[in-house]
Amino acid sequence: MKKVFSRTRALKPVAFHYCPGCGHSILHRLVAEVIEEMDLVDRAIGVPPAGCAVLAYFYFDVDMGEAPHGRGAAVATGIKRVLPDRLVFTYQGDGDIAAIGTAETIHAANRGEKITAIFVNNAVYGMTGGQMAPTSVVGQVTTTSPKGRDPSREGFPINFTELLAQIKGTAFAARASLQDPAHVLKTKKIIRKAFEAQMKGLGFSVVEVLSPCPTNWKMSPPQAFRWVKEEMVKHYPLGVFKDAEGESLAD
Amino acid sequence: MAGKIVINEELCKGCALCVEFCPRDLIKPTRRLNAKGYYVVIFDPDGGECTACTLCAVICPEVSIEVYRE
Repeated sequence: MKKVFSRTRALKPVAFHYCPGCGHSILHRLVAEVIEEMDLVDRAIGVPPAGCAVLAYFYFDVDMGEAPHGRGAAVATGIKRVLPDRLVFTYQGDGDIAAIGTAETIHAANRGEKITAIFVNNAVYGMTGGQMAPTSVVGQVTTTSPKGRDPSREGFPINFTELLAQIKGTAFAARASLQDPAHVLKTKKIIRKAFEAQMKGLGFSVVEVLSPCPTNWKMSPPQAFRWVKEEMVKHYPLGVFKDAEGESLAD
Repeated sequence: MAGKIVINEELCKGCALCVEFCPRDLIKPTRRLNAKGYYVVIFDPDGGECTACTLCAVICPEVSIEVYRE
């Protein structure tokens, strides 16, 4: 029998530390598969965040350089400017990119840095125990919003990818989801487009990925995947918000 | 049999997403524990034919499933 699915060689043969049903592990695999398919295993450099994915360098079999909390875009800028022929990507959660790292990320995009941000949105601060994040949706119960997020008190969830899409230096901005196998496959295609935009030197690229956090949402893994599909997508519409290459083709 | 899957039980964390998304319901939860203490799932082709669609492997967070096709 022919093997039609196996572990990509861009992932080390080790077990993930993530909780059962966590979206991080799926997304690690997708990013690694795209790196392998683009034949960039020897030329990719990743920048992990602070958060659950801080240990991403244990899993990706490519070079990695850890960034301080939120500073992924700044660290990646330095790496890419010194090594411009490399694929440089940051891997950041919503607390990392959309809270503490907002300034770095927006200005890196505005400078048109040729890096890719993989932005994992699970609507909660995962590693620290499920506190409300800037991306927590309206009404969402977290440990710091026990009665549900109320916009009059805690503000609105931030649609960070739409914000980045407004910036001139951004070449590619899209939101994808891991809610079911079909969307997982779609997410992989979108990551590939973002990496291609970077390697063509078009500018900054970002892929936001809606990702389940069963532990902090206090759900079973299948319930958490349904919650992404039924609740998160309402607040965070999926799609490609900017595709510089597509636009230039249209001209 | 058109297809089959091989589950690495020591990587499985029993999240049961493969059980949820297998279109033919060929993956079943068990009460058997692996070394980490998770209830593992098993491939049970008695209920029908596996088409090697790979959806279980695509959704498996632990990359614990390999898929084979005739």
